[in-house]
Amino acid sequence: MVDVLKLARQFIDALPHSRALAMRLDRVEDGFAVISMPYDPTFIGDPATGVIHGGAVSALMDTASGAAVMSHPTAPLATATIDLRIDYMRPATPGQRIVAEALCYHVTRSVAFARVTAYDDDRDRPVAAATGAFTLERPAKQGAAE
Amino acid sequence: MIRPQPEPVQVVKQRRDAALARLVGGVPYIKWLGVTFDRRGDELTAVLPFADRLIGNPAIPALHGGAIAAFLEVAAIIELSWSLIWEEMEKTTSPRPDAPLPPLPKTIDFTVDYLRSGLPRDAYARARVNRSGRRYASVHVEAWQDNRARLFAQATGHFLMPARDGDG
Repeated sequence: MVDVLKLARQFIDALPHSRALAMRLDRVEDGFAVISMPYDPTFIGDPATGVIHGGAVSALMDTASGAAVMSHPTAPLATATIDLRIDYMRPATPGQRIVAEALCYHVTRSVAFARVTAYDDDRDRPVAAATGAFTLERPAKQGAAE
Repeated sequence: MIRPQPEPVQVVKQRRDAALARLVGGVPYIKWLGVTFDRRGDELTAVLPFADRLIGNPAIPALHGGAIAAFLEVAAIIELSWSLIWEEMEKTTSPRPDAPLPPLPKTIDFTVDYLRSGLPRDAYARARVNRSGRRYASVHVEAWQDNRARLFAQATGHFLMPARDGDG
């Protein structure tokens, strides 16, 4: 299990945009992924309040969703976002780490569905939530004609 | 009938460009992402110059879905805020250059359609304010790379408008 997390971390580190936002993979297993991002003044979206830009939170949630899809037991080879709908429930508190928890809750032959929730230190009041549809490239079944 | 002399074109341009620069320059994340805005009259085109840190899938390589979502959201918010500033700015013949900017609209929700993968090159986006009410606004954004007619992503977002003078 430790090795899986290590491998998955290396995978996230290999994504330049995720690395640029200093994302860290905290947990990944069977279609569930937790990825977090530190507060950084560079990512402020509203200078009047110091709140992180929604775009950075979107990137975090998109990455977490993609990781959840990739870790699904069907062992996809690749995935890409088809659509992502993000609800911003409240501004993230400046100075606090943002954590996104994503679940790939259903897959078909070629589509994966995921939902993700983002929190800061206040676990009772999510910052944002999103649902998305993702492409799913499955490993070819042995002996099965496509 | 004697008409007042129109303002020299460079004065008008300088004022509009300065207002746009103040709006965009105040947001650290826009700078970090590298987004700039081209202006023709009141029409804005957001430009996302390609950079390695925007890559999500190094194997293809393709732009990160999150970077694309962020780019579209930046384009939508700036367009919406710009439409408010423009209205105020054009009302008077001598607006104060240091007039305080209105607070930025807040995103309520944002839905991104990924139509094709983002190539490792510059991207462009234009937003259209479909409805701008006193409290809520709906904005649509289209993004393309080489070919204006071949969108690689589009999005619709709803925004909470900043309280204006006289509210409450």
